[in-house]
Amino acid sequence: MTTALLEQTTRQQLWTGAVIDVDVHANVPGIESLFPYLDDLWVEWIRERAWRGPLMPNHHYPAMSERAARLEWRPGEQPAASSVELLREHILEPWGVERAIVNCYYGLDGLRHPDWAAALVSAVNDWLIEEWLSKDDRLRASLVIPARDPEAMIKEIRRVGDHPGFVQVFFPSRSDTLWGQRMYHDVYREIAKRDLVVGLHYGGTTEGAPSSNGYANYLVEQYGAEWQSFATQVTSMISEGVFTQIPDLRVSVLEGGFLWFPVWGWRMNKEWKGLRREVPWLDRPPLDILRDHFRFSTAPIDAGPPELMSKALAWVGNDDMLMFATDYPHRHDDDIAQFLSLLSPEAQRKLMSENARSWYRL
Amino acid sequence: MRVAGTKLVVGRADDFKDGDRITVEAGNGRQIVVFRQNGGFHALLNRCPHRGAQLCKGRFIANITSDAVGEYVFHGENRLLACPWHGWEFDIATGQSYFDPVGTRARPFAVQLESGESVREELESGEASYTPAEYAAHVGAGPDDGPQPGPYRAETYEVSVEEDYVVVSLRPARPARPPRPVPTIKEEAIG
Repeated sequence: MTTALLEQTTRQQLWTGAVIDVDVHANVPGIESLFPYLDDLWVEWIRERAWRGPLMPNHHYPAMSERAARLEWRPGEQPAASSVELLREHILEPWGVERAIVNCYYGLDGLRHPDWAAALVSAVNDWLIEEWLSKDDRLRASLVIPARDPEAMIKEIRRVGDHPGFVQVFFPSRSDTLWGQRMYHDVYREIAKRDLVVGLHYGGTTEGAPSSNGYANYLVEQYGAEWQSFATQVTSMISEGVFTQIPDLRVSVLEGGFLWFPVWGWRMNKEWKGLRREVPWLDRPPLDILRDHFRFSTAPIDAGPPELMSKALAWVGNDDMLMFATDYPHRHDDDIAQFLSLLSPEAQRKLMSENARSWYRL
Repeated sequence: MRVAGTKLVVGRADDFKDGDRITVEAGNGRQIVVFRQNGGFHALLNRCPHRGAQLCKGRFIANITSDAVGEYVFHGENRLLACPWHGWEFDIATGQSYFDPVGTRARPFAVQLESGESVREELESGEASYTPAEYAAHVGAGPDDGPQPGPYRAETYEVSVEEDYVVVSLRPARPARPPRPVPTIKEEAIG
């Protein structure tokens, strides 16, 4: 069977080995679907305000854009990627997926009410457990957290972080304050203690500008250049010594591209050599720290012309950094078959499944 | 100057104030910078292992280490020499860098104080360098202004057997380091 990602070939022609998909999306179909997981207080609160849900998802993924959902993955009445049945039909079955990691970006980071946001976050996590994790053994998921409140983050991680279906904690790529800052270090300790992964994923509050120069006017600016936000967060986490303090912490960069990181690393290594004394807790080059503590999903691929792409792939430097993702249901126009053809068989095997298996302890 | 020799007499120890530095020619095109820093004498090849900048133009800075984020240990003895170009730091006693202690180091030379009597031969044959003060007077520049032609062949260099002289032990020039290995990349990916 040919899926939307494989227009010219089949899954078996592309790859006969195991597939682990580290980034598939679960969309909350509507605020009412969270009501079973909310206290009456918050249901009443929502009804009183005639609130239809957070605006962030539509901001980052305009509903009728193919960036939000490929045409062939739009089920008609229901929102795209809003049920496990759709995920099975579109990804799990045709791709023969062994494991898929479900990420839900519902945009609750946009809410300022601390208790309402925390209640909704808990509702999303309970919804993920009931409607996704408990319905298909192949699924694992990222738990979501109240993105403005470190204490509430820790509370939520303690509440559901030991559920065997959760392998990751979702951190949007934009935030009010950079993720490396010290107020979050205890959050990372809770995550590392449970052997969970930090999933740095596209999204986040509109109050967090996508670049140091402020806001973009167009989706193409925002989405196409979002790697700047990712790079800023990665820089912050490394410079602030997160991995000195919590040596076991692992971070996945999801839907953030990956070809920027070698260039970033060359620059950071140069600067670190002369500015090292300012951050004396960094006892080795930043790119070395990144290689040990970060992995990157392959959607989007950032692929240029094949002959240039093979050179750029060599910059990545080893076979361990990349993990396959479809980013269902988003459209990226990446040619996965051409991409794999640039890799050695061993690199293909690691990328399609084995890097994710060891990273997420699957 | 006896290039093939093993010791280079730089000058009288008492002529060096703390913080002074002097750059001398050591044969084979090599320059050596000699420092008096924190009372001790140290010598480095006057060439940063990175891009060849003159280390004699570097400034001394304190090392700062850390056992945890937010904890600073300030090593106030200013024994790190920062290269003037990119700020890479080298321990003046060992040449060791801190960002890459194994792969990158400036080249140190041993410095001893020897009596005038023991270096009489070098001094009388004119194979001694200037003191920093003599250097400055001769070239009309401060001792921090980088390497100058030298050493001056003092025809009538006054030997004072009661005083100590700063002597750098020379070693043969080190062969060039082979290029560092590049990360393994896949044949297929290179195409």
